[in-house]
Amino acid sequence: MNALRRYIDKIKPNVEKGGKFHFLKSTFEGFETFLFVPNTVTTTGSHIRDAFDMKRAMIMVVIAMVPALLFGMWNTGYQHFLALGQEVGLWENFWFGFLRVLPIIVVSYVTGLGIEFVFAQIRGHEINEGFLVSGMLIPLVMPVDVPLWMVAVATAFAVIIGKEVFGGTGMNILNPALTARAFLFFAYPTKMSGDRIWIAGLDKGMETVDGYSGSTALAQAAQNNDVLVNGIGDPLTTWDKFMGMIPGSIGETSTLAILIGAFILILTGVGSWKIIVSVFAGGAVMGLIMNAFGGNALMEMPFWEHLILGGFAFGAVFMATDPVSGAQTEKGKWIYGFLIGVLAILIRVFNPGYPEGVMLAILLMNVFAPLIDHYIMEGNIRRRLKRAKVQA
Amino acid sequence: MSEVIKIRRGLDIKLKGRADKIFTKAPRSRTYAVKPVDFHALTPKIVAKPCEEVKAGSVIFYDKYRPEIKYTSPVSGIVKTIERGERRRIVSVVIEADGKDTAETFRKGDPAAMSREEVVENLLESGLWPVIMQRPYGVVAFPSDVPKAIFISGFDTAPLAPDYDFIMKDMEKEFQAGIDVLRSLTDGKVHLGLDARYPAAKAYTGAKNVERHYFSGPHPAGNVGIQIHKISPINKGEKVWTVKPQDVVTIGRLFMTGKYDPSMIVSLCGSEVKKPLYYKLIRGAEVSSITQDNIVTDNVRIISGNVLTGKTISEDGHIGFSDAQVTVIPEGDYYEMFGWILPGLKKFSVSRTFLSWLTPGKEYRLDTNLHGGERAFVMTGEYEKVLPMDIYPVALLKAIIVEDIDKMEQLGIYEVLEEDLALCEFVCTSKTPVQSILRGGLKMLRKELE
Repeated sequence: MNALRRYIDKIKPNVEKGGKFHFLKSTFEGFETFLFVPNTVTTTGSHIRDAFDMKRAMIMVVIAMVPALLFGMWNTGYQHFLALGQEVGLWENFWFGFLRVLPIIVVSYVTGLGIEFVFAQIRGHEINEGFLVSGMLIPLVMPVDVPLWMVAVATAFAVIIGKEVFGGTGMNILNPALTARAFLFFAYPTKMSGDRIWIAGLDKGMETVDGYSGSTALAQAAQNNDVLVNGIGDPLTTWDKFMGMIPGSIGETSTLAILIGAFILILTGVGSWKIIVSVFAGGAVMGLIMNAFGGNALMEMPFWEHLILGGFAFGAVFMATDPVSGAQTEKGKWIYGFLIGVLAILIRVFNPGYPEGVMLAILLMNVFAPLIDHYIMEGNIRRRLKRAKVQA
Repeated sequence: MSEVIKIRRGLDIKLKGRADKIFTKAPRSRTYAVKPVDFHALTPKIVAKPCEEVKAGSVIFYDKYRPEIKYTSPVSGIVKTIERGERRRIVSVVIEADGKDTAETFRKGDPAAMSREEVVENLLESGLWPVIMQRPYGVVAFPSDVPKAIFISGFDTAPLAPDYDFIMKDMEKEFQAGIDVLRSLTDGKVHLGLDARYPAAKAYTGAKNVERHYFSGPHPAGNVGIQIHKISPINKGEKVWTVKPQDVVTIGRLFMTGKYDPSMIVSLCGSEVKKPLYYKLIRGAEVSSITQDNIVTDNVRIISGNVLTGKTISEDGHIGFSDAQVTVIPEGDYYEMFGWILPGLKKFSVSRTFLSWLTPGKEYRLDTNLHGGERAFVMTGEYEKVLPMDIYPVALLKAIIVEDIDKMEQLGIYEVLEEDLALCEFVCTSKTPVQSILRGGLKMLRKELE
């Protein structure tokens, strides 16, 4: 450890101003601070500081995503072998999925971090840790068969147009990971929806068992099927839906794994429990309203099923809670979350083209979050004006 | 006891090295200093030249823009040096004590028998006026103003703060005399904030002509700014004054004896102090008179004040004007490998991302490491948890950063000073320099409006 520190101190002058590799300063600092928490001491204001920093905050979110990631890897293998009609063990399923998912993660991180490094260098800033989370979120909301070049293009689009043009992490209006997902959805719709993209290999003409369908549960419900089935036609139990042994984006299927993540986020205080709870509440309320009217399979679907199918839980826990693009006032968080839940189910039920509404609901509310905050703060300002004697 | 105002949001940072409740007479300091840097927006005009003889209460310098406000010597002796900092700004005027304790004489007597002008005059001449702070802006009060009210916080909840109930023991008469003086300065009330959790000192409970308010809860419950916000918030155009309890006593003493006698009690605390105790000394004393041979390690930071708002002073520096506390903590200029992922049993955090949250009662030896780099605002809801005010701190800071004066006013900048937002700075994940941003905003506002 000391030897490493000495080595870093030795090469550091090269990246300082006037050094040969000054153009790599941000990159160097990024790696240095990854290895060592810097020796900076406080100079103004409070002499002591909380030990919590952005790196740790972001790493906590990544840790919270690990259960969903691991389950997603296993499920990739499970769905693949189910389509083939083969039965294999736990590890074989996982290993297959691991090999399919890993390249997506690598592409997402390399593209995104590369761009971040370049922008940080141009601006002369330190590398911001925000992409550590986005870089993991992007793979988790992709269908497993997505071409890698698409991942790279979407990531680049999300980081540059979704984030850097606004000034970088902390300044963006939309959630970068959802921007990537939405970009692909609208730019390459055939690759992002349908029955064949959710299972590894299916799109490439893999031999499947007879009568196999890779459609997601929501797609079946949108076609007014009353009984939701898995790929080989067996009815799905509530347990299957909750555990996530269904087709879908890599990380979104298992409500259980996502809830473990939610537990980590809420326990550490990194994610807002208010947003998570209110998204679920909004979804449940809208689901109940739909149930009251009825009419088709999606409207008659019990409200709690809406919450465990599709990307609802994933969106509620990992996407809506993004502190930058979400509402920032505590009261605003309740409204913001609730409306995401309501809109997600509304879009899901009434959008004829695509049976999923969470992505669009969150992006829409990302846009409205500043408005919500504005009205909450106006209330505060009005209270202050009311008690003032001198008029402003 | 009247109604208790419960403060729910806030944070008590438990540090090692609380001062034992024992009074010790500090050895006489060789030199004393009056430091213009202890006051915001003060441009000093020096009166006493080097080598000139001064008595306790002799004018050292006055405010260039408000010449009636004078700053006087705490002891008798000769002016030794005028220390200058960057751009030849005067940092401090050092006086070498001669030990004779000669003092200027001022008016004494019952303030009720004097006119308001005479009371103000006496405070200005003796150099005691600068103990009166004005909010908004946190500057020395304007003698021509009549404030809406005067607020005194009778306790301090900052980390390792001195116990005022202990300090104010046997100060009943002086405190009352001081209150009577303040009473004559305002048409409103004199408010005294007290800690509801402990029985208050007799000086507080027995004081007449004050309105007592009881507060309970974590820091910043003891900050006068929080108390004002709960009792009667400051609106645009209003001015209130605040005085610290020991300064009330000094004012009382002036009117009882006719002398400027700024002796006070200062607690020496912090994890790096061998024997943390309370010391009786004179305002502006050398810090070494209490820290000499009393500090455990070498690489320390000596803070005049508490760890959240105090000022760094050097080993041979002098204690700040109104500081009742000197804190010594270790410097944190070290690297820590993979510190952002380690479990962190010895680290303190309000978030539960360090395992130390499992041991809530533990006292910490915290150092001055920043623990990370500065970032844009990302996390939300952090500041609100430690600020018990009806204010949106992040929105306020953003208004300051973009220099939007209207928004600053609307979002309540008049109600806060640096000390009130110090905890926000402590908890900030993005390591935002909250206190200096706020001071920048206050400066901007004053320039614009006055």
